[in-house]
Amino acid sequence: MSNEELTGRVRAIIAAAQHVPVDKITPDSTFEELGIDSLDGINILFAVESEFNINIPDDAAQKIGSVRDVVAGIAALLESGGGKGPVRA
Amino acid sequence: MQQGRPGIAPLEQVDRSLLRFGNAAEVRGWDPLRYFDEKEIGLLDRFAQFGAVAAREAVADAAIEWTTELRENTAIVTGSCVGGQNTEDEGFVNLYRNNIPRVNPLTIPRTMENAAASRISLETGVVGPTYTISTACSSSNHAIGQAFWMVRSGAVRMAISGGSEAIFSLGFLKAWEAMRVVSPDTCRPFSKDRRGLILGEGGAMLVLEALDSARARGAKIHGEIVGFGMSSDAFHITQPSSDGAVRAIRAALSDAALQPEEIAYINAHGTATAANDATETASIRKVFGAHADRLAISSTKSMHGHTLGAAGAIEAAATLLALRHGILPPTANYTQPDPACDLDVIPNQARHAQVECALSNSFAFGGLNAVLAFRRSDS
Repeated sequence: MSNEELTGRVRAIIAAAQHVPVDKITPDSTFEELGIDSLDGINILFAVESEFNINIPDDAAQKIGSVRDVVAGIAALLESGGGKGPVRA
Repeated sequence: MQQGRPGIAPLEQVDRSLLRFGNAAEVRGWDPLRYFDEKEIGLLDRFAQFGAVAAREAVADAAIEWTTELRENTAIVTGSCVGGQNTEDEGFVNLYRNNIPRVNPLTIPRTMENAAASRISLETGVVGPTYTISTACSSSNHAIGQAFWMVRSGAVRMAISGGSEAIFSLGFLKAWEAMRVVSPDTCRPFSKDRRGLILGEGGAMLVLEALDSARARGAKIHGEIVGFGMSSDAFHITQPSSDGAVRAIRAALSDAALQPEEIAYINAHGTATAANDATETASIRKVFGAHADRLAISSTKSMHGHTLGAAGAIEAAATLLALRHGILPPTANYTQPDPACDLDVIPNQARHAQVECALSNSFAFGGLNAVLAFRRSDS
């Protein structure tokens, strides 16, 4: 999956979770700029995990604070093949 | 707790391989047949069993001699966050996964949050005000506070109050996993390397009556509850607010007619999440000013875990016994100071200290805060 495609899907997920138009969310948006608080953040990660069938570890989740972070995190998990299957930290 | 020994170990009630966290503070070796016959067990979820047994122990410890008049003038107020979670989970697994089209008719009486309160009423014959408060992690502090106010006002002569919780069902644990606040190893409140809370289960009940009445009948007195304060953050559904905590602590001090300088120990909410411990520290500093550096504070959740709706009751028992025995329980598993949590948190080892007055904090999801104030009894 190309980076553009991944970014597009992440933007769509965040837009749906936050109930905002997708064009408000750019690849450079930070969670802070988008008004995404900690509860919104874990809700978005839940949606991301469901969409890509991956498991994002808590430690990695804590470091995510932007659209770019989400995209990079997913790309790393998909590439490593990690994060799938039974969830165990 | 005197020994600073955590009851945290690999989770046994649920398949750990299905979870991102694997440790918990479970009640080990619980055999309901020691306390109930088989028919009774059919009516009682684990959380109600914990509550009923804790109440039996409290009533026996208080050596209550029941009369009709006393039963009519006694209240039962319990706290529970999730009630019969295990029962509900089991019923729904059968329905949704095992395609069993019927749910056990005892599911409703087992699941209801007031099941423990109702069971205690049935066992003791208490027919006064009996109800349950469900305010997430503040449930049993709210319950004890309400019971305390009823006894103090003279609305009732006596109250049985506390809380119980049994939360280890897969569905509920997966929901906690999704919240990303459960530690993958252990519970290290106020420590820089804290990684979140450890879930626990259990129950504790207190018998409350006016001090004069307890003295007159020669009852064993563990200590006094002298104040109760509560507040709502009106800030965020899960993030804590320092302002709300400050208002609840001040309200408890005011209700107790205590000056901040009279408090020597605080049993903290101390969940070991990044947000709670720093916010709680800031709140304590705001209320107590320079006296904050003379306070001893600990989170006993480092040992008994976070028992949600039972937390306030277990911590009230810990605080009362700390005052009675002159031993302040430690914050276990503490490794590194955190500048954001720069109070004396009694790291790892209990401290011998005879203190007069203490607080116990509970700050719940939903922004609901409840703080109890205690005084050592010289009786």
